Amino acid sequence: MDMVQLILAAAISGGTSLLFAVLGGILNEKAGVINLGTEGIMLIGAVISAIFYLQTENLFVTFLVMLVASGLLGLLHAFLCITIRANQIVSGLAVTLFGTGLSAYLGKSVAGVPIPVSIPKIELSLLDSIPFLSIFSELDIFIWMSIALSIILYLYMYKTSWGLHLKAVGDNPSTSDAMGISVTAFRYFHVVVGAMLMGVAGFYLIMVYSPNWIEGMTSGRGWIAIALIIFARWNPIYALFGAYFFGGLDSLGFRMQIYNFDIPSYFLKMIPYLATILVLMFSGWKNRHKPSIEPKSLGNPYFREQRF
Amino acid sequence: MNKPSIVIEMKDIVKKFGDVIANDHVNFQVEKGEIHALLGENGAGKSTIMSMLSGIYRPDSGSILINGRHVMIRSPKESMALGVGMVHQNFRLVDTLTAIENIILGETNDKWRGTSWRKKKQKEIEEIAEKYGLNFPLSVPIWQLSVGEQQRVEIVKTLYRGADIIIFDEPTSVLTPGEVEQLFLTMQELRRNGKTMIITTHKLKEVMEIADRISVMRKGKMIAQMLKEETTIQELANLMVGQEMAEGILIQPVEIGAPIIEVKNLVVRTDQGIHAINGIDFAIHEHEIVGIAGVAGNGQKELAEALTGLIPWKSGEIIFNHKKLVNPSVSELIDKGIAHIPENRMKSGLAGNLGVVENLLMKSYRKEHRAKFGLLNKKANTEWARNLIQQFDVRTPDLLSPVGQLSGGNQQKLLFAREIDLKPKLMIAVHPTQGLDVGATRSVHEMLVHLRETGSGVLLISEDLDEVMHLSDRILVLYNGKINGNLKRGQAEKEMIGQLMAGVTNQKGAFDESKVVI
Repeated sequence: MDMVQLILAAAISGGTSLLFAVLGGILNEKAGVINLGTEGIMLIGAVISAIFYLQTENLFVTFLVMLVASGLLGLLHAFLCITIRANQIVSGLAVTLFGTGLSAYLGKSVAGVPIPVSIPKIELSLLDSIPFLSIFSELDIFIWMSIALSIILYLYMYKTSWGLHLKAVGDNPSTSDAMGISVTAFRYFHVVVGAMLMGVAGFYLIMVYSPNWIEGMTSGRGWIAIALIIFARWNPIYALFGAYFFGGLDSLGFRMQIYNFDIPSYFLKMIPYLATILVLMFSGWKNRHKPSIEPKSLGNPYFREQRF
Repeated sequence: MNKPSIVIEMKDIVKKFGDVIANDHVNFQVEKGEIHALLGENGAGKSTIMSMLSGIYRPDSGSILINGRHVMIRSPKESMALGVGMVHQNFRLVDTLTAIENIILGETNDKWRGTSWRKKKQKEIEEIAEKYGLNFPLSVPIWQLSVGEQQRVEIVKTLYRGADIIIFDEPTSVLTPGEVEQLFLTMQELRRNGKTMIITTHKLKEVMEIADRISVMRKGKMIAQMLKEETTIQELANLMVGQEMAEGILIQPVEIGAPIIEVKNLVVRTDQGIHAINGIDFAIHEHEIVGIAGVAGNGQKELAEALTGLIPWKSGEIIFNHKKLVNPSVSELIDKGIAHIPENRMKSGLAGNLGVVENLLMKSYRKEHRAKFGLLNKKANTEWARNLIQQFDVRTPDLLSPVGQLSGGNQQKLLFAREIDLKPKLMIAVHPTQGLDVGATRSVHEMLVHLRETGSGVLLISEDLDEVMHLSDRILVLYNGKINGNLKRGQAEKEMIGQLMAGVTNQKGAFDESKVVI
């Protein structure tokens, strides 16, 4: 494979974890709830997956337990933000700090232990001989799942009654309430499911991308995912490309080291984060005259009898 | 003759918000097929009682009967299921969705929404809209629609959901006179089709024009209920206000003086880069009140913000006191003598959590007699504040209690106290009487007229056409960011201004006088 294909393949494998996290974040924010707990939920997802897989060696059970664990963290965030109407920023930061600390504690016994896992792959030998498409010939099922999920979420958001209600709840909860949509139920559901997807992001990171637990191994991917939501303009399909772009930058660091470029490795590791800042600046500047498409009530708790 | 049946009966309704009693044992009945006006001042409790009928609030005590049956309305959905639909004052529309999406919002059947489904719904909605002559674009996001169109979407929405009883909450407050006419035609058409309607309003003329029966509320209590034929405007006014209707204040003719501010070919852009003010010329002189009439969203907000330094303008000149302004900051303009009563007094006028003294100090704390070496002269300032609130008749429990707890009228008087104490050369007052009762409105008018008499210029931006016509020496009609009419006091009929506000040009008498004046 030539250089371009290598980078493409690296972008996909590096971007898939990010993609799950971004899709989860989009679900949260579309319902009007900011979730800064992404990083913490990813870490919990990763550490729980490591522990349970090493115990059971059963991928399916591990996946389910991970979903429950990350869903519980989502439930905590939802409870704080929706029922108690706490500040969403503070609640999200608390979830991240909690998740970071708890994962470090839980992960002590499995730190550095290699996880002997083989993820089923889908072989499409047909594509082998076609240039460029050949990178798709041997991808694991979670990559296909993430691509399918992007499309499914796109259809869900723009082609179904639930999607319409989701947009209404995120843009104008009091009107949605007046139209008989349960704002609370909608927000709870999407925050919890979104958190589960963030958990899947952690699961993929540890089961495929870098299969052994290291404390704080997400190293800021959760925060990049939050920035990517804005970059993707809350659109799951854009999120797909955005995640691959950042995934590519992430992997680029490794590759550059392999090819022995004379660049300090610390600088290469910095690239994704630097790119996040540059991309946010660029997309902010490019869209400066467009009406904001951010969900209008993002960050605001809803209380029916509130008088203005 | 059959006795008409009662469709809505509300008995002994009580609703409190904290210590404020919004509805005090209110009784209210509506008969089938009538247009029932619920009349009262702002804060009389009309919206509250209607919100309980539509399931937004729940009564603390009392009972509601619909078609003779006791009902508990726990949510807007349940209200809709009982055939009650509400057209809210602040429309319940999601700005980012289209008219169709807003109308079908909340429907749960048909989960999948492909092209054929959309076509089917479009046809259904078009049929309803056509039947009652309600026109609006169906597939454009709501924020691009005019206010009148948005209201029509709201009406179709209630009809689509099968409402037999439609509540209109202050429906005319945002409309041009022409749109009001059209709304009333629609309401008559709805009545012919057997719908029952309730309209809440404080506009007496409209009540006499459209209503069959009238209920009057005052300070949370139901005062009277009568047929339209049995009453007069004067009687309704007395019932509503609780005293003889306040007459408009007297305005003495005064010679205008030298120009205070001259605006030449001004262009102001919105955040989105649209030209909200698109090349206007005017001047305001000493001893002159210039009123800006126009439907909301035609550039009033941007004009006020540019003149007070809140946003920069793109091109054109503003000359204040014979000096050209170059990128002025807000504080520079305050020092030069431009006072500002902002559109939303609690958002950009006052800090709700702070007390009276702090709020009064906000524009003068830099002055030497208010603070020395960065430390406030607490004693002198308290004394000064005490005098001001006495002079401007601000009723407050004490100087420390948060101003957010004061009534709207007292907040506005406090704001005027701060601004007038700066001895402004130019006062920019935006919707200065919005949401105020008759007494406070009168005080505001007196203060504006007093400024005019003492030699200041006033720019009055208001949606209340009667107010603009009564106070202004000159009326500029803003339409689409341009001046679409420049009329002297007494030169214009209300209908003509209404047409100018709607964009009709070259009316007889509405000649462009701006160039002559400057």
